Amino acid sequence: MPTSDELKLRIEQALPGAHVIVEDLTGGGDHFRAKVVSNRFDGLSRIQQHKLIYDVFGDEVGGPIHALSIKTQTPGDGR
Amino acid sequence: MTNQEIRTFIENAVKENRVMLFMKGTPDQPACGFSMRASGALNALGVQYAALDILPDPRIREELSAVSGWPTIPQLFVDGELVGGSDIVMEMLGSGELADLLGVEQPAPSEAPAPEEQPRQAPIGIENRLS
Repeated sequence: MPTSDELKLRIEQALPGAHVIVEDLTGGGDHFRAKVVSNRFDGLSRIQQHKLIYDVFGDEVGGPIHALSIKTQTPGDGR
Repeated sequence: MTNQEIRTFIENAVKENRVMLFMKGTPDQPACGFSMRASGALNALGVQYAALDILPDPRIREELSAVSGWPTIPQLFVDGELVGGSDIVMEMLGSGELADLLGVEQPAPSEAPAPEEQPRQAPIGIENRLS
């Protein structure tokens, strides 16, 4: 069963320098929320930004990771 | 019904409906909180949209994700383009971008998230079209 620490680590490895917060929403190891701040998102649409995160986990999203809620930001982004 | 036929049906649904939502359950009876939020966002804006329940056949979801490159449900398409899943839809509802994209007025903040509002259009049913 994946943990929020494991998800955080994998996102950080895929996007070096990213600031990542992952919460396990239910404590059950299957519903997560990730907030990722990375300059890799510069110039990308939201779709492309979220896909970068989904791509880290491939088929696991929808499988062991039942739900992964994503919020992406660039460092200069005031949102 | 072959996988190719399902894929063609999905592609046509995206082409033929300006606002097309793939979800778990229906706008009347969403089967997942994320799908409920996405259809609730569209209901709150009062736009007409088509909705397709992906649950009746697991191949619908497989083919949809193959077409869109997006792994999760719901998926909202506008003008043939993937807009995103529930996170993006809710973010865009809050910022007013979704109203802009759909060409409607942004509702007053108090009425923005209103998943309980009635959908404007009956969902199309995959079981009716695919059988």
